Amino acid sequence: MVSENLQKVDLSQDWDVLVIGGGNAALCAAMTAQENGARVLLLEGAPKTSRGGNSRHTRNLRYMHRKANSHLTGPYHEDEFWDDLLRVTKGETNEDLARLTIRQSEDIGLWMADHGCIFQPSMRGTLSLSHTNGFFLGGGKALVNSYYLTAEKLGVKILYEAMVNNLNIRDGRFESAELTIGEKHHSVSAKSIVVASGGFQANLDWLKRYWGDAAENFIVRGTPFNRGRMLEVLLENKAKPAGDERQCHAVAIDARAPKFDGGIVTRLDCVPFGVVVNRDAVRFYDEGEDFWPKRYAIWGRLVAQQPNQIAYSIIDSKSINLFMPSVFPPIQADSLQELASKLELEPKTLQSTIQIFNDAVQTGDFDSSILDNCTTKGLNIPKSHWARAIDTPPFYGYPLRPGITFTYLGVAINQNAQVLMQDEKPFKNIFAAGEVMAGNILGQGYLAGFGMTIGTVFGRIAGKEAALCR
Amino acid sequence: MSLETLKEAKRIMEICNSCRYCEGFCAVYPAMELRRTFRDDDLKFLANLCHNCRDCYYACQYAPPHEFKINVPQTFAELRLNTYQQAAAPKIFKGMFNNNGKMVFIVHILSILIVWAATLLFQNSEQIFGTHLGPNAFFQVISYSMMVVPISILSVLLMAGMLMSFNNFWQMIGGKRQELMDFGSHRQAIKDALSLKYLSGGGHGCNYPDEHFSKIRRNFHHATFYGFMLCFASTISAALYHHFLHLPSPYPIFSFPVLSGSIGGLALLIGTSGLLYLKTRMDPEPASENTAGMDFGFLISLFLTSLTGLLLLILRETPLMGSLLVIHIGVVVGLFITMPYGKFVHGIYRYAALVRNANEQAKEAS
Repeated sequence: MVSENLQKVDLSQDWDVLVIGGGNAALCAAMTAQENGARVLLLEGAPKTSRGGNSRHTRNLRYMHRKANSHLTGPYHEDEFWDDLLRVTKGETNEDLARLTIRQSEDIGLWMADHGCIFQPSMRGTLSLSHTNGFFLGGGKALVNSYYLTAEKLGVKILYEAMVNNLNIRDGRFESAELTIGEKHHSVSAKSIVVASGGFQANLDWLKRYWGDAAENFIVRGTPFNRGRMLEVLLENKAKPAGDERQCHAVAIDARAPKFDGGIVTRLDCVPFGVVVNRDAVRFYDEGEDFWPKRYAIWGRLVAQQPNQIAYSIIDSKSINLFMPSVFPPIQADSLQELASKLELEPKTLQSTIQIFNDAVQTGDFDSSILDNCTTKGLNIPKSHWARAIDTPPFYGYPLRPGITFTYLGVAINQNAQVLMQDEKPFKNIFAAGEVMAGNILGQGYLAGFGMTIGTVFGRIAGKEAALCR
Repeated sequence: MSLETLKEAKRIMEICNSCRYCEGFCAVYPAMELRRTFRDDDLKFLANLCHNCRDCYYACQYAPPHEFKINVPQTFAELRLNTYQQAAAPKIFKGMFNNNGKMVFIVHILSILIVWAATLLFQNSEQIFGTHLGPNAFFQVISYSMMVVPISILSVLLMAGMLMSFNNFWQMIGGKRQELMDFGSHRQAIKDALSLKYLSGGGHGCNYPDEHFSKIRRNFHHATFYGFMLCFASTISAALYHHFLHLPSPYPIFSFPVLSGSIGGLALLIGTSGLLYLKTRMDPEPASENTAGMDFGFLISLFLTSLTGLLLLILRETPLMGSLLVIHIGVVVGLFITMPYGKFVHGIYRYAALVRNANEQAKEAS
């Protein structure tokens, strides 16, 4: 299939725009560059069946709009958008680039629809975001499929399993890219390049630089292909970094998840309804501090700091139906002792941890929809809300591990999506879009559907600007 | 009943239920979301609610080669086949679904041979191979009672088989009697069925024969279904003409039986050839090999019914009329016999699932 693919593409010609990556940002850049008259070659490292990077795990995109439309309610103005971003990043953002992203996102749904995206009206599960985020019918992979079809129709040439290993950059100019397809090595030259190949979160060796051996126990929620090679090459060529290299977005997910590509289904929403203990069967953080969507990212880090990077959420039968079902069934037992042995925890310690917790629980009116008054009293590690005694068998346990969504380190860019050198001067013909530059705007935290906004906006900017380098 | 298929369907639904990205495509996913656990009856209901549009397969980030290997269209197609077999009544006919394509083929060949044999037995060859014009031309070849009596008896038997099978099916998917009496659910289900609402991927078409969104399959299905209904109407009207208006066949071109029969036959011919063609072009990944024989068998049977019917119309004033009439009747008898024990039941059972779904969603809304 790879060679069949290659026959249709002449690698020896001098391309106008080379796009590295095959997710949302790469596709937006490729389609835009082609529409601006450039001859575009897109190099996707993954095989066709796994194409699309992390975009295939997404479901929606946040965009500014002044009026309700077929899939969004009410207005979502720049100021509200900006406030939302400021709240999650706590100021760790480049305001110029952030406001550019927000403004350029206005009614971007129309452009997306023109390029094959189908939005769906809000449904049961998506109502909470219906004011801010447009949902793709069928999710991110369906979106990516449509974009590939549109890109091909426009004339973009696409190669799968095309792994770019190096970029030849001289005097601040990109000249050619070195890549392997199958076993074969190729060199491709182009007048400009758009790097849209994601972060390095699937590169555990790189993560180990900051996390040590603990990184071995991390689960990568997205594609195994985001190994950060292009990011590394750009940094080696004196690109200016953006975003904290040590930081990653990590959430607590089911420890039984596949090492890579587990995506949405491995998330667990049970934490606020029970207690969480570590390998030593002791609690280590307030499980009821706030609503889960506001806390799950903290828990990735918390679990990462526990011995062996593992923890167990323990609930009883009162709570089993209070949260979204998840992909793996809970480990079930009729007594805490039995549960402890199934989870390979010290039974006596677990029983005592639960006993102490149960004794500290105050009577209150349990209500999972509000920050209720069910709390504990007298514990070193309190549970602030939704605290109920764990006393009604069967008991359930879910193992938790840190699941990495993305890394924050990227390359600094300017408003034209040009990659900046360490002296702030731009590389003339090197552009970046998507996760590889998202750290400029999303310095910390996470805003649902905003990664796709950054990818779409800067993919389009990069595509347009790259097409001008002819 | 294959336990493996049920187990696989359960595994898949548990993963789908923690994702839910596909909820905009069809009725299956919203129905799934009403459940946390999946009993056998739930799974059989969901499998029959699935219209096999394949949108969810191409949208799925967990489809093969992902290690979760989610393939809803394939798994549900296999589970549907299991439910068809399990519901089939009387019990001795369950075997029809073991190798349905072959069985349908054999039944058709036998039907044609039996009709031929009976005709030869009761009719001299001059009559069979002669040219017949004027009133009651068809009955010059096969006498009126020879045609009507066996087919009527057969129809009654097959109706009884179908009703018994339906009853089994309804219980199998967890349906309750009072749900079947709910007028509103039927109204909704009829609307959904006649428009093939769920063969349209939220209004954008199926991913059939490949990953492109396309309405071509739905259009061919419409041609097949409405063509079939017109042919049915043609047959009924011809019977009424004969019995109540005392108008003997053959009827003129611009009579209701001939017009509806020829338009319907033509639509059926186009619809079934289109669906057959698409089947040869389709991406095999989301399909089940086990149902291919059943799918092809039914389509070919319908195709031959319309083809022989139309040929009969065109050549009815030639000496070929007798042979064509025999073959046409043979094919129709084959179609009749295999209706409760072949792919035809998908229409009935999917309608039942739509009724159940309408009922469930109405309850949820209130």
